[in-house]
Amino acid sequence: MRADLEIIQQWVKPGHHVLDLGCGDGTLLDFLKQERNATGFGLEINPDHITTCMNRGVSVIEQNLDTQGLDNFENNSFDIVLMTQALQAVRRPDKVLDEMLRLGDEGIVTFPNFAHWRLRWGLALSGRMPESEALPYKWYNTPNIRLCTFKDFEALCRQKGIQIKSRRVVDGQHQNSWLARFWPNLLGEIAVYRITREKK
Amino acid sequence: MPEPMPVDSVGVVTPQTYPFETPIELACGHALERYDLVVETYGELNADRSNAVLICHALSGNHHAAGYHSVDDRKPGWWDTCIGPGKPVDTDRFFVVSLNNLGGCHGSTGPSSTNPSTNKPYGPDFPVVTVSDWVKSQALLADRLGIECWAAVVGGSLGGMQALQWSLDYPDRLKHAVAIASSPRLTAQNIAFNEVARQAITSDREFHDGRYHDFDTLPRRGLMLARMVGHITYLSDASMGEKFGRELRDQAYKFGYDAEFQVESYLRYQGERFSEVFDANTYLLMTRALDYFDPAYESDGDLSKALAKARCEFLVLSFSTDWRFTPARSEEMVNAMIAARRKVSYAEIDAPWGHDAFLIPTPRYTSIFTAYMDRVAREVGA
Repeated sequence: MRADLEIIQQWVKPGHHVLDLGCGDGTLLDFLKQERNATGFGLEINPDHITTCMNRGVSVIEQNLDTQGLDNFENNSFDIVLMTQALQAVRRPDKVLDEMLRLGDEGIVTFPNFAHWRLRWGLALSGRMPESEALPYKWYNTPNIRLCTFKDFEALCRQKGIQIKSRRVVDGQHQNSWLARFWPNLLGEIAVYRITREKK
Repeated sequence: MPEPMPVDSVGVVTPQTYPFETPIELACGHALERYDLVVETYGELNADRSNAVLICHALSGNHHAAGYHSVDDRKPGWWDTCIGPGKPVDTDRFFVVSLNNLGGCHGSTGPSSTNPSTNKPYGPDFPVVTVSDWVKSQALLADRLGIECWAAVVGGSLGGMQALQWSLDYPDRLKHAVAIASSPRLTAQNIAFNEVARQAITSDREFHDGRYHDFDTLPRRGLMLARMVGHITYLSDASMGEKFGRELRDQAYKFGYDAEFQVESYLRYQGERFSEVFDANTYLLMTRALDYFDPAYESDGDLSKALAKARCEFLVLSFSTDWRFTPARSEEMVNAMIAARRKVSYAEIDAPWGHDAFLIPTPRYTSIFTAYMDRVAREVGA
């Protein structure tokens, strides 16, 4: 099983109502439905992914976070709001984080680490924009317009009063990586963050 | 009918009339002592009676949704693009039921049927029926056919409203509701268009307060105008532009008021043809049923509150250029379902044909509809 799914699953309680922003082909929601009896919706804009979700019985709404926002969802209407590998592709990740914690008690966010050593190494040596397993695009066609490092993300959370409840680091294939635990911002490729609003 | 018969056609079909002799109470407070429903079915009901799909028609539709009535039939049923072997509503897997609604003019009891108490056509005495009344009569039809629970209730436009109403009135009698190019209630603009259509009909001198049958005439002109105005709202500016542009029937302007532009002659032709085959009182009734439809009304206008009793899953689809029932109307429905924590999937399909797009198979529409119905079929063991 993909390590990131396994990690996320541990944080979802049985029967939780979840919203998955950028749910892709519905793998995660389907998994949480099977394993945790979770309910909820996925938002997606890729037509093929939407069709796949519908065919596998995942409730999917065609909705674009950048142009349509999340105004149609009520405050605190979900237990958990998920966003896997999509934060770096929205125009305003900071606002999406606010929205996530408006809609849910908790958020789970995963994104690729732009400070991974291989990316740093690639940029330093070749002087070209780095590419990797987690970031397989060219600079001109990448949907990943807001890349950041683990440190950047954590700084943004501090600034916004968002509490990081847990952080787990996996490699490009979403497998647990013991190395990354020692020096995550250099050795971790993908992080799974569990966040909530800081209690005032 | 094309020769040879396409493999994805249900072929030649024969409608059947089901008489109902127990009175049905209607929302308006009146009752119909007896009534007929004319029905077509395609495919086979499976042993555990779990694979039945109900097709609900829109304003001018009827029971003839797929296939041909005879080998000489020129055109297939109104939703033949989506119903048939291997099509989204796959008749190799589903038992598909399509009826003409109460108040219709294609065989089910309606204003042009004989009123048993006068032995003359009902005309304006036929009670105004509502979407809820239709759903009630459809449930009685399901009883007659031995269908306890529909795998899905499916409809476009006014048909989608019936699917939504089913989820509220008989929550345990359907697994899925599919509402395509539909709306949770009409807007003022929608009602305004309906009113223009009704005024066109009722102000026709041949209308005779709806008793035109007694005068051996028909309000053809009024019905034609009503259809012309309706037809404009089913198309998009772009699709009309594409089809007709400013094309003239002859080379030059004639400086008169006959149909000179192609679009004029098209609308006149469509209106005239319609006025020959449709009943004016039925048109009034159908537009009124549309106006009245508002399932949120009894829940203080809060559709999500009304949806609390729904149990089925929903598929909602809208079309980008539909201005009769815009994507925003579908999203209103979807947002109420989300707030009520119902299971719902939604997509807005990019298509240039306006409201009529729900009748036209585009690749994305077909693939979504097929994918969803395939899942419904697997779920019910079909």
